[in-house]
Amino acid sequence: MSAGGVGTPKSLPSSGPKSLQDMPHPLAGPSSEDVAGGELSPSPDLQLPRSVADKDLSLPNGGTPAGTSSPASSSSLLNRLQLDDDLDGETRDLFVAVDDPKKHVCTMETYITYRVTTKTSRIEFDLPEYSVRRRYQDFDWLRNKLEESQPTHLIPPLPEKFVVKGVVDRFSEEFVETRRKALDKFLKRIADHPVLSFNEHFNVFLTAKDLNAYKKQGMALLSKVGESVKYVTGGYKLRSRPLEFAAMGEYLDMFALKLGTIDRIAQRIIKEEVEYLVELREYGPVYSTWGGLEVELEEPLEGVSACIGNCCTALEDLTDDMTEDFLPVLREYILYSESMKNVLKKRDQVQGEYEAKLEAVALKKEERPKVPTDVEKCQDRVECFNADLKADMERWQNNKRQDFRQLLMGMADKNIQYYEKCLTAWESIIPLLQEKQETK
Amino acid sequence: MEQGAPELPPGLLAEPLGGLAADPVAAGDEEAAGIGCGAEGRLAGSGDASMTGGSFWSKKIEITVSEAEKRTGRNAMNMQETYTAYLIETRSVESSDGQSVLTDSLWRRYSEFELLRNYLLVYYPHIVVPPLPEKRAEFVWHKLSADNMDPDFVERRRIGLENFLLRVASHSVLSEDKIFYLFLTQENNWKETVNETGFQLKADSRLKALNATFRVKNPDKRFTDLKHYGDELQSVISHLLRVRARVADRLYGVYKVHGNYGRVFSEWSAIEKEMGDGLQSAGHHMDVYAASIDDILEEEEHYADQLKEYLFYAEALRAVCRKHELMQYDLEMAAQDLASKKQQCEELATGTVRTFSLKGMTSKLFGQETPEQREARIKVLEEQINEGEEQLKSKNLEGREFVKAAWADIERFKEQKNHDLKEALISYAVMQISMCKKGIQVWTNAKECFSKM
Repeated sequence: MSAGGVGTPKSLPSSGPKSLQDMPHPLAGPSSEDVAGGELSPSPDLQLPRSVADKDLSLPNGGTPAGTSSPASSSSLLNRLQLDDDLDGETRDLFVAVDDPKKHVCTMETYITYRVTTKTSRIEFDLPEYSVRRRYQDFDWLRNKLEESQPTHLIPPLPEKFVVKGVVDRFSEEFVETRRKALDKFLKRIADHPVLSFNEHFNVFLTAKDLNAYKKQGMALLSKVGESVKYVTGGYKLRSRPLEFAAMGEYLDMFALKLGTIDRIAQRIIKEEVEYLVELREYGPVYSTWGGLEVELEEPLEGVSACIGNCCTALEDLTDDMTEDFLPVLREYILYSESMKNVLKKRDQVQGEYEAKLEAVALKKEERPKVPTDVEKCQDRVECFNADLKADMERWQNNKRQDFRQLLMGMADKNIQYYEKCLTAWESIIPLLQEKQETK
Repeated sequence: MEQGAPELPPGLLAEPLGGLAADPVAAGDEEAAGIGCGAEGRLAGSGDASMTGGSFWSKKIEITVSEAEKRTGRNAMNMQETYTAYLIETRSVESSDGQSVLTDSLWRRYSEFELLRNYLLVYYPHIVVPPLPEKRAEFVWHKLSADNMDPDFVERRRIGLENFLLRVASHSVLSEDKIFYLFLTQENNWKETVNETGFQLKADSRLKALNATFRVKNPDKRFTDLKHYGDELQSVISHLLRVRARVADRLYGVYKVHGNYGRVFSEWSAIEKEMGDGLQSAGHHMDVYAASIDDILEEEEHYADQLKEYLFYAEALRAVCRKHELMQYDLEMAAQDLASKKQQCEELATGTVRTFSLKGMTSKLFGQETPEQREARIKVLEEQINEGEEQLKSKNLEGREFVKAAWADIERFKEQKNHDLKEALISYAVMQISMCKKGIQVWTNAKECFSKM
């Protein structure tokens, strides 16, 4: 969020439909203080979010007189937080869940809303529990807001608006469920993030009774935000990317490429399995037909037919699991790597700006001896950005490793289960065949 | 046409064939006469010692088709041709010490097996003659070669041919056949010996006309049912084989596409630090998984071959039914002929024309014949009637023999079929079980790799 008229919208967060005066909640205190002091942090937490907010603001804002020491402290705090976070569960004080999708049919449009429930012990929240209904475009709004207000951070991706254009029924149970899972994951990733989880828009999103009112309020600021975004993305040519970020970029390119391949392979496998299933469904009944011709062989043939039927069911479960659980996670990570690349690009811009300024200073050193403050600030921003990005990348790497471990183990498990079901089916008909053999 | 298995009491015979037995004479058509029932088939063995069990085989014999070899030669039209020859080895087993001694080994090609089977078909029409393996690969999934010279195909055919010989050798009637014995023991001039039996002349050309339906008035329900069963069996097994081939194709696809994971995991592992090793080895397991399908499907092909044998058996079954139908048809025709002759005779004797006939018309139009002429005609007719009655009797007997012998063999066949197919289903289930176990193994290994990431 940017400077200027921040004061007013700033205090709105948890309000939604309520008026400003109705809110004696913790946010009001510190934020008004902040406003007074020219600081915008919505967070009451004294140290951490403040410094986080500093950094937030310093970026789009450019000229805020934020504490110059903040970058270093912010990153060290972040590091500390991250360690805490790694302990997992223990320090978690914000839990969100997306469930209970509902279809709304209005005269103008039909859409799905999801229930977003929050449980928290954080003092930024008035209540320990919230339950609101949100639709996809609200999530989309949140993500845009996060991207605007936390440009140095990696914002988790949302599921694509249209998965397969025109082919998928947007209101089908499977589609809604897949999307619900993805939205749930999206909010959980934000809630687990040491910085993003304190974002005011996130707070509003989780708590506001009437999000639209808040959105409209925010609209007034749009032009300003737009400007600052433009400013950030203004073209500076980067001299040389630091090695580690160059490696990060290369890694992300490669990673996205490989995931794309895995995605295609997984889809192809599903396609092959579905075709296999079609044949198998024809195959089983042929044994039944044959059984109808036979006397003594009727039972064994029926047995084989039933067994193939069981294998069909098992195969169906497998492809369903792969379609519903495996593919969405892959896609999330493909989108994730895109987000990551965007952040990386923004970082390059900031560094480019810094380098340009440094160059300018070097040229005009004699004329303007006072310049260094501006350049220093720029340098701070770069360092701040770098620190955030590195921390996020590290978090992301960690998450990714865990997610993929789980995902791939899940895939292996599903296949094992499939084979086990088939195994049970086939083993069960052996005695049937042998018994008959003996009585013969 | 030596004798018609005289030991069979005629009283127990089938209804339809028996129904016409007592009727008068007719001029017979000789055509069907040659097609014998069981005992007749043993013709070639006339010079041989005895017809009782194991006549040619003083000892227990083991038969193997042990080798296949590609050969080039010139055919009858002096054209270059390539064919596969199979080495047949026969060993006699000494019951005392259990050792087997090679008694004979010779090379035969597929066409000679075909000749043997055609001969058996003609001479033993009441027997469900074991089928040969397919001449060309059919119902194969597309990854498998349909080439006749393909080593896998040749190998499967070798097994099929061996199976054919074993089936003939274990058949109580067919194993006694001299031509079969010579097939196993006399490499040269065997073809000539077969042709000398004149079996081709005995072949009823009508049997080959697959769809020729004869209007049998009084069909034997057992055989119509059996024929129907044969039709259904053939259609269900060929459907099964077709679908199985497609199932195999798809399964192949599923496994092979997994192989791509192998490559991409390995490439991906190159850019990962902690996950690298796990991915790399999991990729290896995916390669193993993809490769495992080749063996699985190759093994399944044996199951398909077992089913194919019964697909062809269904045809053999139908051949017996067709033969029965033809005999019944001939019998009915002979009876009809006899009946009409008897009627004519009666008409001539009494001078009344009961039914409208051309003869009746001509006699009315052109006047009565002289009594002498009529006497002469009645005499001729009576002779023909006597003759026809004899013929009908023998046809009836022949038919009964056929039914009895055929039914016995069909019962034998049914038992064999039930047993074999159960075995086949068990082995199929065992194959599936081993495939499942392999799948579980591979994915468990892969899971372990993933868990270490």
